[in-house]
Amino acid sequence: MTTSLRKFARVLLLLGMGAVGGYWLSAGAHSGWSMNRVPVEQTDEITGLVFTTYEERYVPGIEVLGGSLAAGLILLGFTYFPFKKTKCPTTPS
Amino acid sequence: MPYDSFMKLPFISLLLASASFAVGATTFDFKDPKGVNAISFHLDSLLEPISGNAAGISGHVTYDPANPAATKGVIEVATASLTVPNDTMREHLLSPGWIDAGNHPTITFAITGLDAVATDGNTTTAQAHGHFTLKGVTKDILVPVTLTHLAGAYGQRINKPELGGDLLVVRGKFSVSRADYGIKPGQNEDKVADEVELSIAIVGGAPAA
Repeated sequence: MTTSLRKFARVLLLLGMGAVGGYWLSAGAHSGWSMNRVPVEQTDEITGLVFTTYEERYVPGIEVLGGSLAAGLILLGFTYFPFKKTKCPTTPS
Repeated sequence: MPYDSFMKLPFISLLLASASFAVGATTFDFKDPKGVNAISFHLDSLLEPISGNAAGISGHVTYDPANPAATKGVIEVATASLTVPNDTMREHLLSPGWIDAGNHPTITFAITGLDAVATDGNTTTAQAHGHFTLKGVTKDILVPVTLTHLAGAYGQRINKPELGGDLLVVRGKFSVSRADYGIKPGQNEDKVADEVELSIAIVGGAPAA
């Protein structure tokens, strides 16, 4: 892997991890598991009963953030791995 | 008065007394047209507690404000209506290993009466005793409940005040052990607690006769 390719991969990975972090924050920074529906509490006027309805929307959980950052860091680690350059066999003239 | 007629008097009085009780008792239908009824559940789990509810409530309860101790009825919960915010978690919850919604489509509480009844105005607190059935296992349990009788509120709630009728609001909290009902006894307790907290918040309606 060439030095410029390594740098490019690192920048790409850092941008990707930043994007996932930003998405998780903007979606509510939910510290539990991901949710496919979000509970919303309401109150019935006549009876005073508090009841829950569900709003169908996805909220990424901590496993999305953690999984993405872990995968990003592993890949980032690979960019520092000293891959040996393979030498092209020279044919005797 | 002939002897026969004289002997019949206490019997007739008893019949009249029974009839007056029957007139005072009202049967409330817990299939709520506004979809408010739900039983919530909560249990500790890895990372965050599992909280959800079951909104598929039906059943009938007979309640007499003059004699709350005689309250009887059955509340049914459609097992498939159990909902949690995460789809994968819900699939696991309804699967044969856990609640087994396919083979046990309802969870029921058959109320046989109320103990320790205390009434203040239109609100009665008591211990409801009855048979609770979950995943095919039935156990006798006591549930602390608060009943609020809202006379004349049935029609008002559905924007038809001319209908009259009453509402019976039932609130209560209790806990069950999932192991007692054969739900993975002794298993996965580090990830999903054995104790399941249940919270009842339901209303039954009885249109005016």
